[in-house]
Order: sequence, then structure tokens, then C-alpha cells
Amino acid sequence: MSIQFILNGKTQTVDVNPNMPLLWVLRDTMGMTGTKFGCGMALCGACTVHIDGEATRSCITPISSVTGKKVITIEGLSPDRSHPVQKAWIEIDVPQCGYCQSGQIMSAAALLATKAQPSDSDIDDAMKGNICRCGTYQRIRQAVHLAAKLQGAPAKAANRGADESEEQALAVETVEVGGAV
Amino acid sequence: MSAGTTKFRRAQSGPRTRGVDRRSFLKTGVAGAAGLVIGFYLPGRYEALAAAPAGTSEPAALNAWMRIGTDDTVTIIIDKSEMGQGIQTALCMIAAEELECDWKKIRTEFAPAAKEYFNPAFGMQGTGGSSSVRSSWDPMRKAGAAARDMLVQAAAQKWGVEKTACRAENGVVLHQATKRKLTYGSLAEAASKLPVPDGVPLKDPKQFHVIGKSTKRLDTPDKVNGRAQFGIDVRRAGMLYAVVARCPVFGGKVASFDATKAKAVPGVKNVLQISSGIAVVADSTWTAMQGRRALDVKWDEGANANVSSESISKLFAERAAQPGVEARKEGDAAAALAGAATKIEAVYEVPFLAHATMEPQNCTADVRAGRCDVWAPTQFQTMAQGTAAKICGLKPEAVFIHTTFLGGGFGRKAGTDFVIEAVETSKALGAPVKVTWSREDDTQHDYYRPASYAKMAGALDADGWPVAWTTTVACPSIMNLWFPGSIKNNLDPTSVEGVENLPYSIPNILVDYQLTETGIPVGFWRSVGNSQNGFFSESFMDELADAGKKDPYELRRRLLGKAPRHLGVLELAAQKAGWDKPLPAGRFRGIAVLFAFESYCAQVVEISVDRSARTLKVHRVVCAVDVGRVVNPTNIAAQSESAVVYGLAAALHGAITISRGRVEQTNFNNYPVLRLDEMPEIETHIVPSEAKPTGAGELSVPPVVPALCGAIFAATGKRIRRLPIRPEDLA
Repeated sequence: MSIQFILNGKTQTVDVNPNMPLLWVLRDTMGMTGTKFGCGMALCGACTVHIDGEATRSCITPISSVTGKKVITIEGLSPDRSHPVQKAWIEIDVPQCGYCQSGQIMSAAALLATKAQPSDSDIDDAMKGNICRCGTYQRIRQAVHLAAKLQGAPAKAANRGADESEEQALAVETVEVGGAV
Repeated sequence: MSAGTTKFRRAQSGPRTRGVDRRSFLKTGVAGAAGLVIGFYLPGRYEALAAAPAGTSEPAALNAWMRIGTDDTVTIIIDKSEMGQGIQTALCMIAAEELECDWKKIRTEFAPAAKEYFNPAFGMQGTGGSSSVRSSWDPMRKAGAAARDMLVQAAAQKWGVEKTACRAENGVVLHQATKRKLTYGSLAEAASKLPVPDGVPLKDPKQFHVIGKSTKRLDTPDKVNGRAQFGIDVRRAGMLYAVVARCPVFGGKVASFDATKAKAVPGVKNVLQISSGIAVVADSTWTAMQGRRALDVKWDEGANANVSSESISKLFAERAAQPGVEARKEGDAAAALAGAATKIEAVYEVPFLAHATMEPQNCTADVRAGRCDVWAPTQFQTMAQGTAAKICGLKPEAVFIHTTFLGGGFGRKAGTDFVIEAVETSKALGAPVKVTWSREDDTQHDYYRPASYAKMAGALDADGWPVAWTTTVACPSIMNLWFPGSIKNNLDPTSVEGVENLPYSIPNILVDYQLTETGIPVGFWRSVGNSQNGFFSESFMDELADAGKKDPYELRRRLLGKAPRHLGVLELAAQKAGWDKPLPAGRFRGIAVLFAFESYCAQVVEISVDRSARTLKVHRVVCAVDVGRVVNPTNIAAQSESAVVYGLAAALHGAITISRGRVEQTNFNNYPVLRLDEMPEIETHIVPSEAKPTGAGELSVPPVVPALCGAIFAATGKRIRRLPIRPEDLA
């Protein structure tokens, strides 16, 4: 069955089983492997994408239900890692193995799109569906708060290169041997 | 992975990679971009370095540590698997410290499988046992120093000046007197023609400006935009997708199967029997899963069909009632117990645990005539290579292992089960095949952290000080399954690590072990035996403290007189946690200290308990570590946070239970792990040290469990002797 949807701003047509989850269409049919398979039951959040702006588990989303909709994946969040969430993730050095982080970032981006200054409990609610077995949760919390600040200061963020540090502008974790981390 | 001292020299499938001699090495490096390569030329000797022009595309012939390109890039070859522990960045930091290169010009490549990359901790190429920094420290420093020396020499020759008048800094060689500069890239070709110097002096650590400085991970940028390639992301031209139906009972086999319905699923290409079960091969992973659902298989369930968690527990109890093989004996514990003023006895038990790496097991193989390529998120390249070679009837050198990023490892990806499936299927079909495991496959066909049972006894003198300690452990042996014949006298060191090396000054100690096989496959699970034995020993230490009316911290402190590094982390954790200050009302805390993988960790866990709701909240974990000289402090903190989360998940949620020889859990709904809303604040404090660097990946898993249980005891007066913690434990 031929299905049309808008993927990262471009109209795409795929000819697949209409029951095939969006996750596998992205990964196996289209070769977009940034979105990850973790559980297949919407339990872990690794497969999170945005459908019409909403954080959605692509592993249980039949491709037929996406017809005509706008899908954004991690590859389409920004062309150059310039989304405030990506910048914050780089600044706080969140990922460890990194496997869940596409989903974490997509969930965080959806949260910030609706709540510019989320509280810790907003973050808990929005992000507890995304499992990280490396346990990067502490840094995820810090990074969501940082992303909120970056989002609120777009001019300053835009003036800095992707590689440049935000350390002068924003207090982040520092580590000293013998001291508190 | 396993204890650092364990040698895996008996690995059944070790390859015999031919050593690359200097002549053949130099011959290989003619094609492509020229530059300087620092690598090996003598087989099996880390110290042996050779220089050659870069550019060959034949990885097996070019077992390098680093390449310096004429474009100024510095490529560091990473011989360890990057599974989140930050080793890619740490190895580059170690190399860069001596090389004095420009950090921004560093690139990395994962090493091929070759004897030159054998990890001395295992006698094969592999990542585990928190051994990566300690095994790479010397070779990476030496390779960096040799390369720097050659680049300086090349510049001095070009300028016609003394080498001593030049120095290297940030990727350039400077001639101080004339302020001339040449970049490494412009010197690389000339340097490659120089002999490799022997014994270039290494830096005094006082001069370090990379090592010891918190450094951002090199892999982060590609992990925030979906570019990092994990095993599961591998795609090859003409690749088929497979899933495997395996017998739900461990040790069972295919009795018969009917592929008619599976083959009728549109897109299913093939259904075939392989050694682990039935492979369903299709044009996508999802289609293969649909085909597997339609497959009819009759299983011969074999000898384990009646095994259950209850039968295993009963077996452990029977075995632990008898003396086992002695792992440690000091003094006469039996006599001391018999004559003690106070005697305390307790039984501890923990269940099997799955690793639950976020990336399920997977492997892509392409078997052709005379060659096999394997793309895998593997922790053990040598085993993957040897296993594939055996299946294909090839020499190991004809098997090319392409290590990808690992979406979590924790010991699970030391296995070769997923490699075997991909190689067998590809070989049968003559096409590249990717085998992907579902989460259910992953949960139900793991090599589990062994379930374990410990019978503890302790004796106190009239003043409440411990005078005897005994532990009998009954659990299955990891080493017996993975490396048959490698253990002596039925004593698996991984089964008793964490209690056998009890650091306390107690005059009479007996630790013995009853090797008890259960039919359930077991394996290396982050911190291995320490994960359960740390819980047993440190919780029982709390019991002795309570029975002797001692403060848990003060008792430990008093008994650690002969264990200064244990004492160092213990005191640091207590100080940072404010152990000497009262807690706010409703808060409770516990403390634990442990040695694991050559490193030391103490933790204080602070909680509150809602006894009517039977719930608890972990508020704060103070973690003090001594890992010798620190390479990347921020990464030590990241690993402490990670390990604490892994340990808390096990204590609060983790249980793999067995019924009729099958695992009862399937996915994250019934094998829950820690989520963000349960995350405590974790702070890491590092003991300054000039000792040789050791690892941090596993260290902080074990102590959090007994420290948490100690806090629960403080809150409720109930001693947790069985994991995971149940709601009734909090009432």
C-alpha cells in the first residue's frame, strides 16, 4: 500500500504493509536509523519521534495512521545540532552509550515546545517514559533546564558556534579531584 | 565483566592472528594519503612500535595505535569497545597527553580484531572487568611519546637544528630560538622515515595538562543527531533481516517445525533451522517478526523443563547447608563462633538479573567464499572472530570483525550467541544478514547475573566487636559455563568476589563456595560477583554493627586499619554526606564500602520511607571513589551516576524468575528498571591519588544496594536479606 507523509519537511511516499510500525519503515525501509528500537511496546521511549509536533512512540504507530502527517525524527530536529536541546545535551555531555538519546532528545524537545520553563516535576512527567540504562537521568534533568534557558535566549545561542562552550553564560557542572562533582 | 586478576587464557576460540613483521608492515603502507603510523610490528608485544607511511586500507595488516595524516588529523585507534563508559575519549586523552597533538584534530576508529590488541586482563581482545584504562595506559602513552619524538626529530632535521632546541605543542613543532613552526601533518611523512625510538621518556605527571582535566566526550556530537552507528543500525547492500525463534526452556531444542504459515507472510524470504532455533528471514525486521509469530515449532524442552525459582532456591539451601570449597580461611572461625559472646546468623538471597541493554542483541554477517565480515556491538572481538571462523571453516584472519558502538554492554555483549546466529544464517543463505533480537528475546535469553544464596554467621566479643565471620555461597559458576576447565577445585573466583576479599580486621574468617548449577545460563553482569556479594557482606556488616551496638560507619572505620584505601573512600563519603550531623526528620541513611576491579568505592544513601504507602524515595547518594590517577574526572562522575542507577534498579525492581524452565519476564513492563522520576541526586567525590589508574565502570554498582538497605533498616528496623525490595519490606 502506498502511503504519503511528510518526513523532516519532505514529502515521502512508501509502499509497505499499512500495519508496519513507523519505526520499522524509518529504519528498514528508509534507512533512517537514528530512531531506535528498544521494546516494541511503547515502554522505553527509544523510538520517540514527533508526529504533528507531539512526542509519539513510533514502535506502535502503524504507518497507515501517519498518512498526511508531519513526522520529525532526530535527523530532522536541526540540520546542524543547533536545536537548544541538542546544544544542551552537548554542553552537559549527557550521552553515555547514546542508544536511548534520540528518544530522550525528542521527548525533551516536545516538552520544551509546550512548556518553555519546565519544573523538575514537569521533566519527570515528560521524561519518565524514556528509559536510559546508562542512568544519565541526572544530566538529562540538568540539560533540559539548560535547553530551556537556551531556548529563551535564541539570539545568544545563535551567535555561538555549535562547538563553542556555553560555560561563561550558564553555570554547569564542574569537577575537581577531591571536590564535589 | 570479571575480576581483573582473572586470566582467560584458556579461551576456546582464540584466533592465531599472524604477527605483522616489520618488513611486511612497511610494505603495506604505500597506497592512499601518506603520513605517520605508529603501531606494532612484533607479535604480542605492546611495547613494540613501528612507523610506516599511512594509507593502507587493509586493517588486518595495519594494527596501529595512531595515524598522523598529512592533513594534520590524528587518528587514534580504539581497541576497546565503546559501550557508554567513555573509553574512546579516555584513550584519546592518554595518547594526546604524550603526543601533544591538537585535540580538535583527533579522530577515532575502532580497531579490527587482531592479536596485537589483546587485553592483558583477559589474554584476548575484549572490554570488561573495568580493565580498559589500566590496560591501555602504558601502550597509549608510549605510542604517543614515540610519535611526538619522531615528529620533533623530523622538524629538527628539516631546520638543521638540535632536537633539544625544539618542542611539540598542540599539534605543531616549534623551534624556540627562531620561532619557526611546522604542523604535525607537514612532518608526518618525514617522521615516518625515521627509526622508531626506544624508551622515549614519558612525562612526569606534574606536567600533565590533558590527563586529569574534565574533558567532553568525543562521541557526544554524533549521539545527539542520530549519526552514531550501533550494531543494530548496520545496513549492507542486499542485506536480509532475520529474527530467531528459540526454545523458551533453556537447553531445549527444536523437535520439529512447519514453516508453511511463516512463509506465507508477504516479505518472508526464508525459514531455516540454525543451532539456536529457527531463523525467519525477511525483507524487514518487522516482517521477520510477523513471520516468526506465524511459525509452528515443536520444542524438545529437555532436562530443565521443571526448573523453577523455588526449586533453585531449595537447591541452594541444601547445598549451602554443607561446607563448600574454601575460598578464604583465617584463624578458626568455627571455634570462635562456638565460644562467642554473641552469635548472629542470617541467610541472604538474590535472583537472576537480566542486563537489559537498551540496544537489544544483534549482529550483521556477510559470509562469502574465503571471507567473513561481521558487524557487531561486541565486547569480545577475539571470541566473535574465533566463533565465526569455526562456523565458516575459515582461519580467524579471514574473519573481519567491525566493532560498532554498543548500545549498552554491561557484560551482555561479551556473548557470541548473536554473532553465531548471524554468521550461520548468512552462511546458509549466501547473503548478508542482520539478526535482531526483540526485547522479549533479550529478556528471556540472556546470560543472567547468577541467582545466589549466602549463609552468613558472625561472632562478637563481650564488647560487641566482631571476632569471627563465615559465609557459604551457593550459586552457579559463570567461568564454568564460559571457559570450561578454567577454574580449579570447583572454586569460581567470580562467585565469591566481594565477600572473599572482605577488608575488615576480623581474626577468624571462613568463606566457602558450593558450585551449584541450575540449568539457567549465567554471565558477566556489571560488577559480576560483587553485585550480590557486596550486598551480602556489607549488609551483614550492618547486622554485626547493630548486634554490637556500634554505628555502622564507626565499626567499619575501626576495622579498616589494614585497608587504607577502603578507609580513605569511607571517610570521604561520610564526611561529604555529613554522617556526624543529624538528618532532617523523616530522612534515614546507610553506608557501605567495597573494593572492586582494583578500585575503591564508598557510598552513603539517604532515603525517606512512607510506611503506610509501602514506598520509599531515594533522595541523595554520596559516592566517594578511589580509582588511582584519574584520566577524565567528569567521566568518573558519569560512571558513578550510571553505576548507582544500575544498582538501584536491581535493588528496587530487578528479578528474573523461572517457571517450568522459562523466564517469566518479557519486557520493561514486568522487568522494570529505574526511570527518571526515581532518580536521586548523586554526587561523586574522588580521592586524589597518584596510584596507577584503574577503572570506574562497575565499581559503584555494588555499594549502593547495601547502603540503601542499611537506610531502610534505619527507617523501619527491618533487615532486607532478599532482593528486590518488596513493598512489605517497607511496612
